[in-house]
Amino acid sequence: MTVFLDALNWILDPENYLGAGAIPTRLLEHLVFTFVTLLIASAIAVPLGFLIGHTGRGRGLAVAVSGGLRALPTLGLLTLVALWVGIGLEAPYVALTVLAIPPVLAGAYTGFEAIDRATIDAARAVGMSEGQIVRKVEIPLGLPLLMGGLRSAALQVVATATLAAYVADIGLGRYLFTGLKTRDYAEMLGGSILVILLALALEGIFSVIQRVVVPQGVAVGRPTEVRARSSRPRPGMESTIAEGSK
Amino acid sequence: MTWIWSNLDLIWDRTLDHLVLSVPPIILSFLIALPIGWSAHQYRLSRGLILTTVGLLYAIPSLPLFIVLPAIVGTNARSPLNLVIALTIYGVALMVRVVSDGLASVDADVRQSATAVGFSGWSLFWHVQLPLAGPVLLAGLRVVAVSTVSLATVGAVIGVASLGSLFTDGFQRGIQAEIVAGIICTVLLALAFDWGLVGLGRFLMPWSRATRPPVARLEAVK
Repeated sequence: MTVFLDALNWILDPENYLGAGAIPTRLLEHLVFTFVTLLIASAIAVPLGFLIGHTGRGRGLAVAVSGGLRALPTLGLLTLVALWVGIGLEAPYVALTVLAIPPVLAGAYTGFEAIDRATIDAARAVGMSEGQIVRKVEIPLGLPLLMGGLRSAALQVVATATLAAYVADIGLGRYLFTGLKTRDYAEMLGGSILVILLALALEGIFSVIQRVVVPQGVAVGRPTEVRARSSRPRPGMESTIAEGSK
Repeated sequence: MTWIWSNLDLIWDRTLDHLVLSVPPIILSFLIALPIGWSAHQYRLSRGLILTTVGLLYAIPSLPLFIVLPAIVGTNARSPLNLVIALTIYGVALMVRVVSDGLASVDADVRQSATAVGFSGWSLFWHVQLPLAGPVLLAGLRVVAVSTVSLATVGAVIGVASLGSLFTDGFQRGIQAEIVAGIICTVLLALAFDWGLVGLGRFLMPWSRATRPPVARLEAVK
């Protein structure tokens, strides 16, 4: 267990809090990178997902694309883009946006699909326009699943931002790679622990957000045990949003 | 392209390495997740705890896990065993929830009927719940297989040989074809596993296609 003590010493070493590669700087880089990537991915995937969810068109394609992308190895995409555009920040941004889009897209359209058709029909019956249905019924009710999609995208990006350090000077992953090169296991382990803590913290924050966005008076948040009576099938495994390649 | 033709041996070797890395985690995670998922389904008390734990396990990024794991279990960071353990952890994390959901998807009426005709305990699980949860388990296992194959490539970064080695090598030497070959082989391998599992599912559950849309039938009856 001395290795863990070494890693802890490395994390707490004041020397690692000064200068260019200081822990707070790396942490901030990691977070900013994650946030910007999520923002770009959402700007593309959320409107598209809403469109697919509302019209029901292009669903097969969306499922196939998000399923297929699961098989795409992150490291391969990252190194390939890095060779194309050169070493720097562009490659990680491009590669990670591509990886973040499917979970967000899936969250957006499954959120719409999971809504009971009777609710939509009722909204139409009381005279709501299609735009009103989307804004006032589908988006609020679909929000928890959309947040679920964002959550898995965020985790995936935080995880892969570590890997991005392989092709760019960015984030906490740098510690893993410099440690690997200099055979400094304390630095590698310390860096790894920081990344893991960051991922777990994000997971916690998102699970709170996911609970908060459930509209008042709606009990869709927790699926109940008895499902045989539900009028619509739950989104099946093929549309599961939680899993992706890291 | 010429790189690919002149390095077919290397690609083949790496594919074999990749198989050795990804097959054990897929099988192990299914076997380990089955009892854990069952108890998550069976006992309300353990459910929250188990599902939260596996959710957190899945949140751990892969590369850091590959590095932290040797410090915990005492394996060598560069040994394939280390990678197999880490990939199994992810597989279990995914599968436990699926097993629990799959068992929950078995109609309560069916379970009661089975109890009424005399099934109990083990035989209820093996002869009623497990087969009926089969399609859901299969869907989960397909996700595990595909993401395991994809995730195994990350090990190349810390020096465990796999198809991912083609990425690191191709990147360092600036050979695009090598990276492309690695990506294509990884995706093909993942697809092969996926198809294999679908085939296995058809073989083991010949009834599942006939009963696929139970919800639709329920609707029709209503």
